[in-house]
Amino acid sequence: MSLVETTTNDAPLVLGTHTLRSRLIVGTGKYDTLELMQQSLEASGSECVTVAVRREKLYDPTGRNLLDYIDFHRYTLLPNTAGCYNARDAVRTAKLGREILLGLENPGADWVKLEVLADTKTLLPDPVETVQACEQLVGLGFQVLCYTTDDPVIAKRLKEVGATAVMPAGSPIGSGQGILNPNNIRICLEYLKGEDPDYPVIVDAGVGTASDVAFAMELGVDGVLLNTAIAHAKEPVRMAHAMRHATEAGRLAFQSGRIPRRLYASASSPEDGVIDRTSN
Amino acid sequence: MKIRINEEERDVPEGASVADIVATLSLNPKFIAVEVNLELIPRAEHGSHKLSDGDQLEVVTLVGGG
Repeated sequence: MSLVETTTNDAPLVLGTHTLRSRLIVGTGKYDTLELMQQSLEASGSECVTVAVRREKLYDPTGRNLLDYIDFHRYTLLPNTAGCYNARDAVRTAKLGREILLGLENPGADWVKLEVLADTKTLLPDPVETVQACEQLVGLGFQVLCYTTDDPVIAKRLKEVGATAVMPAGSPIGSGQGILNPNNIRICLEYLKGEDPDYPVIVDAGVGTASDVAFAMELGVDGVLLNTAIAHAKEPVRMAHAMRHATEAGRLAFQSGRIPRRLYASASSPEDGVIDRTSN
Repeated sequence: MKIRINEEERDVPEGASVADIVATLSLNPKFIAVEVNLELIPRAEHGSHKLSDGDQLEVVTLVGGG
């Protein structure tokens, strides 16, 4: 079986009733131009893109709308609740996003990336409000992809209240610090997948470059969600390509099973038949 | 009567509906969602939902985000 076949034969990423072939989900924010965003989305190979809900600028009728630049028959939109700092606002925002996507007949209408933040400086998730919002949104029929801290206990609570997927942060949003606590991600995976190996866990936020994505995938997460690392790269389209390959490389490496780490060397070439050593 | 749209006051005819307001905003109606007094008004009800003096509207769309 060729490498290409191995990649394409991978099981799709199943998120509730949604099925994605690409395990990379990308944001649409922070691009210098909508054209650059469009090209970067294309290069990322992603089939799912996140969007935010914001007030319409009523007095700028010539202003271009993001939706004019996204083929919503090709991409499943994942509306987020970014900018919300309590459960009530998050639920309100989720309902507004759903209403817009229903009008666009986009399958993303039935899900939401829940994000309830604690403060503007750290943009860390507020775990208490997040759990409350998740529970309410599940009750309203949403499939909730839940952004959270990398705390395994909160991750477990979110699964218990019905989150479709739990999405622990690698490090603070937009910080580019990568996966700061891989052990917490490992414990999240154990807690969430122990008796339910197919339960989706996605690393969301903190990615700086391709190796961060590969590392996350090597830990065994099901996907990675990122935005700034592509949008603010010097060459976003090229970085989007890198992220696509890093996702696949990390996934393949995880499935292949890494060798154990050992302190001392282990020769790759045969020890027998070495010609006699000469003395100096 | 006076209503507020995204925190800006506007004069609109008595008995105007949400659909009437959307039509005057020169926006693609497919790209927006509307709340009246914090309550989401489903698209199908934009025509039948009549506004009252002092109503507060939020008109939102989708923008780039992560």
